Amino acid sequence: MNATNMLFLDILLVIALLSLAWATLTATDARRSVILFIAFGLVLTLAWARLLAPDVALAEAAIGAGLSGALLLAAVQHHPRRALSSERQNTGKLANEKQNDSNPADLKSSVAIRWTLTLFCIALAFVLIWALLQALSSETSDTLAQSVSANLANSGVSNPVTAVLLNFRAYDTLLELAVLLTAVLGIFALSEQRTGYLPAGPVFNGLVSWLVPALILMAGYLLWVGAHAPGGAFQAGATLAAAGVILRLAGKRNIGLPVSKSYLNIILVIGSGLFLLVGLTMLALGRPFLDYPPAMAGYLILLIETAAMISIAATLILAFLGGRPRNREDRSC
Amino acid sequence: MIEVIAATLMLSGLIFFLCGSIGLLRLPDLYSRLHALTKADNLGLGLLLAGLALYQRDLLFALKLILIWLAVLAASSASAYLIAQYSRRQDTDR
Amino acid sequence: MPELLLVCLAGLMLSLLLGLIRVLRGPEAGDRMMAAQLIGTTGVGMLLLLSLLLGQPALADVALILALLAAVAAAAFSGQQRETGND
Repeated sequence: MNATNMLFLDILLVIALLSLAWATLTATDARRSVILFIAFGLVLTLAWARLLAPDVALAEAAIGAGLSGALLLAAVQHHPRRALSSERQNTGKLANEKQNDSNPADLKSSVAIRWTLTLFCIALAFVLIWALLQALSSETSDTLAQSVSANLANSGVSNPVTAVLLNFRAYDTLLELAVLLTAVLGIFALSEQRTGYLPAGPVFNGLVSWLVPALILMAGYLLWVGAHAPGGAFQAGATLAAAGVILRLAGKRNIGLPVSKSYLNIILVIGSGLFLLVGLTMLALGRPFLDYPPAMAGYLILLIETAAMISIAATLILAFLGGRPRNREDRSC
Repeated sequence: MIEVIAATLMLSGLIFFLCGSIGLLRLPDLYSRLHALTKADNLGLGLLLAGLALYQRDLLFALKLILIWLAVLAASSASAYLIAQYSRRQDTDR
Repeated sequence: MPELLLVCLAGLMLSLLLGLIRVLRGPEAGDRMMAAQLIGTTGVGMLLLLSLLLGQPALADVALILALLAAVAAAAFSGQQRETGND
């Protein structure tokens, strides 16, 4: 399909994205802002699909539109002052925000922070425009994409994105998993988990009874298909986490995380741990760190991705809990 | 012949989509808007996907389309109920 | 006849933009959330059309994920937290 036929779509998507972004940023009510952000994520998924980047579209659909929306909504609900302002949303008073920030010093510093951030974002936008123009004008023949496709046969997988993430630039992905582990430490440092949810009614329970198995199945599918088509550990982990999140929302006692603290710690570190172990094994076998033998690469990547999926899902569910899970959970229900 | 059927299905699906969106914009209150959304939107997607399945004539793709339609059908009816429940709660609290 | 797909794509985009007006206008949180659901369903349709138009079969998987996760957002929207701290 040639580009001009779709020009209308591109222009309308850009208009939709910009107006949603503007409305999200200028909304005076946190809850409204989050809902607008969910809609923004949905339109952004379409934009990535249009840009022929199904891998990113998949990640945006799983993480941006679904999971982070749920995380942010739970955060808004938990924050009592913001929740109050959301109840007053219909009075339409723009002054809500100001009423809450009763301390004038707080208000002044928040305005200063806002302006600093705005200037920073404008500067960043100019850098990005400059970088884009540079990339468009310089027509180098030896791009990274070419060397990826030249070496794809040795990577053990046929999806170039997975090949880069888990083989050619495995180091980066290992460090990303370490970042997630750091996030877990941050979550643990906050406190115990947030208050739970009321038990779900019959309709919600009906939704849970088919959606949870469907999400688990979908996570497995995404993990498996990642070897030769868009998919992989991050998307699969987010999908698996969504199953835990919806169980939590329905007020279930069991949300997929192990009750025992030591088991929980194991599944949190298994992703980066196994990754590191494979890397060190390669080192012991006399190969460079994380340089898999081509014959075994496919199996090793699947092994690492499975472990990474479990850790990512556990991390995201913990983020939704908002703190360390309690040991003797929910005896009341 | 099959092309004509596919085109008819897809275009009628499109009409349902547009009716749903117009209903979402024009109807007076939240609950009637919800009614416009859930009915038109599900049937719209169903007809569109039926048309797409006939258009493509690929069994695996058609099965995936059926799966997607069933998921949207079940998910959107439940979420419409949940949204209505939330708004009802807000109204009685107020 | 890809023209048919393009016409459907344009129609769905129009439907999405109409839903967008409701998302931006509100007035209630429920209105915005239901319009976001409409954008999600319209997005599913558009992804499937794009998957055929652009020759990207993987976009069908994106549509499936979008269909499943839209319900999670709606559930998070309506979830009721317990009043007391001991859950």
